[in-house]
Amino acid sequence: MAENRRRFLSRAGAGAAAVLLSGCTSLSQRKWVTDLLSDVEILTRHAQRLFAGSQTLAPEFSKKDIAPVFRANGTLDPATPDYNAHAANGFRDWRIEVGGLVERPLSLSVAELRGFPSRTQITRHDCVEGWSCIGEWTGMPLRLVLAAAKVKPDARYVVFHCADNMAVAGDTPQFYYESLDLLEATHPQTLLAYELNGQALPIEHGAPVRLRAERQLGYKMAKYVRRIELVEGFAHINGGRGGYWEDQGYNWYAGI
Amino acid sequence: MEIGPAKILRRALGLRPAGPHYFFRRHTVFVRISHWVNAGCLLFLLMSGLQIFNAHPALYWGKSSDFDHPVLSLTAQDTDQGMIGVTQIGPWRFDTTGVLGASDVDGIRTARGFPDWATLPGPQWLAMGRLWHFAFAWLFAINGLLFWAYAAALGHARRDLLPTKGDLAQLPRQIANHIKLKFPRGEGAKRYNTLQKLAYLFVIFGLGPLIVLTGLTMSPTMDSAFPQLLWIFGGRQSARTIHFICAFSFLGFLVVHIVMVILSGGWNNLRAMITGSYAIEDNKDG
Repeated sequence: MAENRRRFLSRAGAGAAAVLLSGCTSLSQRKWVTDLLSDVEILTRHAQRLFAGSQTLAPEFSKKDIAPVFRANGTLDPATPDYNAHAANGFRDWRIEVGGLVERPLSLSVAELRGFPSRTQITRHDCVEGWSCIGEWTGMPLRLVLAAAKVKPDARYVVFHCADNMAVAGDTPQFYYESLDLLEATHPQTLLAYELNGQALPIEHGAPVRLRAERQLGYKMAKYVRRIELVEGFAHINGGRGGYWEDQGYNWYAGI
Repeated sequence: MEIGPAKILRRALGLRPAGPHYFFRRHTVFVRISHWVNAGCLLFLLMSGLQIFNAHPALYWGKSSDFDHPVLSLTAQDTDQGMIGVTQIGPWRFDTTGVLGASDVDGIRTARGFPDWATLPGPQWLAMGRLWHFAFAWLFAINGLLFWAYAAALGHARRDLLPTKGDLAQLPRQIANHIKLKFPRGEGAKRYNTLQKLAYLFVIFGLGPLIVLTGLTMSPTMDSAFPQLLWIFGGRQSARTIHFICAFSFLGFLVVHIVMVILSGGWNNLRAMITGSYAIEDNKDG
């Protein structure tokens, strides 16, 4: 009988786990649950910022730590006719527009970006999936771009609009986009990067210019950047959550 | 007075003894709440953690991922017989079809690290797994810190958990008793035995902080605030691997813990952790 009871208990336990499991999967589809769980992100962001502040640097590594092959993820080639034409032309006519809540809108070519002071850093790229890769990035600190454009006082976020279309062929185009708040955007290691490991940025890594935000996860680091927009909020942009993956349910704060 | 099988049965089920007994208040209300909050957290954290792991079902050692040399990987391979699941630990490969690497989702063989019955949510859904994981990680850490504060301030850790010299001297005999499934009764059942004390200390002051710190080491922002974490654990990917080992150590503890709770008098133990009351036999012959 003790054995029966044990068998009963283990079955009851497995049954309870199954109910809990299916319950949680259906809970995951309810808005109030996802809203509540998403609100934890605010706590996480405040707690992390309390310790990290605006200036602590992501660890930098030495040349020997650089991965022989830097793993590419997400879009590997936008392959639109427009992008292909730019690629064939060595991105000579590629321009990055800086607009929105700025006093001096800019239009920068890659050559002009290279003319500004640059920063080179060997950092670790952390994918939300869990893997890490180390590479050497060179680019123009974003805060210099923002200073040149003279950000208006009511601007709070920097939105990056990209050239890669994430929608399946035939659907309405949905271009990749991302956003940072000004604290992360003006961090010393936040770059508009145009070189990886001393070479012009390869197409699979976001040629000609991608974002590096070294205290954030990989999906924040928009590739194929076309337009930089200073905004007060991003509720009116696409899905309204501040980024392509955020619109699919990922956290806007990607420091963890 | 009962004799023989009936008495043994009552004891195994944890029913109150037919003979003389009294109730002893075994766990304070704080410990009981803390225990069940922790139990819930562990279940949610483990299952949402496996969901997150499934987004890249491989572990590495060091600062970054050497994709050709994982410490552990759960992969799916297509063969003439269909898709098989392969678990690789260092140089050793195992066919784990149906559970690890490849398992059935709605009757269709699918490439995924852990099967859908072990992950939260069931389907592949990294974003939602992260939301569950971080919410319960906060609860787990706060609950753990409160327990530490309580255990330190009220002497619970020193009085009830820290083994005495006498406890340590009895260790070999207690191990032998455990193997024979002989558990203390009467007055002896009022205290944790040495193995219990060591197990609880290891989990509360070892595994608990270790799993929280390795979890934080995976956060790029925390690494900028506390680069020492990377030095302690040997890099972000090592920290991820240690985090995984800690999670399965917790699971191992949980299994042993539940088995011991059942074997040493199921309901009596369970009631003590729910209501606080634990029945103690009053007769000396036990």
